[in-house]
Amino acid sequence: MIGIEHYVVVSSILFVLGVLGIFLNRKNVIVILMAIELILLAVNINFVAFSSFLGDLTGQIFAMFVLTVAAGEAAIGLAILVIYFRGRGTIAVDDIHRMRG
Amino acid sequence: MNDFSQSLQLIAAEELLTVVGLILLLAAAWMGDKGSRVISIVAVAALTACAFIAAPTLCQGAMGPDRVAFSGQYTADAFSAFAKILIYAAGGAALIVAPAFFGRAGSNGQSAMRAEYPVLVLFAVLGMNMMVSATDFLTLYIGLELNSLAAYVLAAFLRSDERSAEAGLKYFVLGALASGIILFGMSLTYGFTGSTNFTAVALALDGAMSTGALFGLIFVLAGLAFKISAVPFHMWTPDVYEGAPTPVTMFFATAPKVAALALTMRVALDAYGSQAAAWQQIVIFVSLASIIVGALGAIGQSNIKRLLAYSSINNVGFLLIGLAAVTQEGASAMLVYLAIYVAMSVAGFVVVLMLRDADDNPVEAIADIAGLSRTRPALAWALAAVMFSLAGIPPLFGFWGKFVVFQAAVNADLLALAAIGIAASVIGAFYYLKVVKIAFFDEPANVVSANGETGADAIGHKVLLLLSCIFISPLGYLLTPWLGDLADKAAAALFFAG
Repeated sequence: MIGIEHYVVVSSILFVLGVLGIFLNRKNVIVILMAIELILLAVNINFVAFSSFLGDLTGQIFAMFVLTVAAGEAAIGLAILVIYFRGRGTIAVDDIHRMRG
Repeated sequence: MNDFSQSLQLIAAEELLTVVGLILLLAAAWMGDKGSRVISIVAVAALTACAFIAAPTLCQGAMGPDRVAFSGQYTADAFSAFAKILIYAAGGAALIVAPAFFGRAGSNGQSAMRAEYPVLVLFAVLGMNMMVSATDFLTLYIGLELNSLAAYVLAAFLRSDERSAEAGLKYFVLGALASGIILFGMSLTYGFTGSTNFTAVALALDGAMSTGALFGLIFVLAGLAFKISAVPFHMWTPDVYEGAPTPVTMFFATAPKVAALALTMRVALDAYGSQAAAWQQIVIFVSLASIIVGALGAIGQSNIKRLLAYSSINNVGFLLIGLAAVTQEGASAMLVYLAIYVAMSVAGFVVVLMLRDADDNPVEAIADIAGLSRTRPALAWALAAVMFSLAGIPPLFGFWGKFVVFQAAVNADLLALAAIGIAASVIGAFYYLKVVKIAFFDEPANVVSANGETGADAIGHKVLLLLSCIFISPLGYLLTPWLGDLADKAAAALFFAG
């Protein structure tokens, strides 16, 4: 029988994968955008699973809002990436170091 | 509890900002960049009108159920009104200084000022309004994202400048990560308490706390620490502050800080208020770490915007001391400090904006301001006032902010925290005074142009600088009873709900 704890474990694993994807990835900023989406989807699994478990609709409504915001966030992230690429001609993570200190 | 039409009246300021923002967006599309001045003026007028809407709420000390809108989603109480007035002031300042900066930043004699800038600032302010008024995790999240999405674009606003694009990219990646962490914490809190409403969460957490709910609390606080740039989640701050256009940096250092700190106070003291023992230790650690890292990190900096970034990390640490006290007095002290901090930051960044070399390029290197007192004495004195005030040296008003925060900590029996904080503020004084020493006693570098600015934009700079310098000067102490009274009313409203 699959219970609430299984869902929480799956979403936690996805969340950790997303966070690791941001920090361990050294190649490409697009991968970071994908990792951010992964984090938001992990949160959505949590919300929907808890919503069903508690018999309360708030979680599912929250998940809808998260989906909408995630779309806006991806759009803005890609837009910033495009202007960055125009200036530098690269989107490799290791090259993002004009400023440091 | 209010019905729908009463709720709509309570959010009058937010409705005004939404309508004006959307109309200005259409105007920006219609008129193009030529209309940016008109759009800026309308945006400043809208912020002023919103401040007049919020002022009576604050002066009456409004609190309680008749200020709650949309079945507990939103609260227009004195606490949110205090934060909102600071946010409007900071947003207005960021609009006033922008045309001069972007006018010079363009290439081939063309202004880089775009009509979207005031619209984005308005939407960011709207998001921050929702953040400080939110009494439900859903409203909180929407407000936070509305603010963040506008802020990412603002950071990358100088499209032709590589540093600005890089600042936007870094801010976006780390800001989105922080939002994800907050969201994960919210989902755990929802799952283990059965509600997203702050009051209901506080009720469910009264008594023993499950491990899941504790994880939720830690994730939410960690994400909020990102947003207020507290240590250990501060690493994006210096890069973003350096890379973003200076008016935007001024905006980031003031308005979102106020909003995120007010939000942190509301979440910690309302939603997790019944588990204060669980987060007090975390806040104490974050506060001390921010004070020390902010003070030490600033020492080696050669860029004045990076220095001010570390200074803001340092100030967030002092502000969190008020939260660590977990008392109404501490909350009130934080609000007083926030008001003074906003004035100090505005003054500091206006000075940075006024530093120009002979070719009208911005001067950001600290070494280049050497001997400023001989070429631009008024500017040098303003800089000295800001630095002394940030260091918390008594005759200036910055001292008062630190004093009330430490007093709250001592009254809450946090003697060790107060003692370490005071010791660390001495370390901080070193780099603030170093800037003053370079400006007054070093051989002139003659990089900063001796000619002041002229024209309408210069008047805006000078008025802002004069007002904020009078506020942080010893004359500010005349305001202490009034400011303290308003902060007490706001803190009482925060604790009434909790």
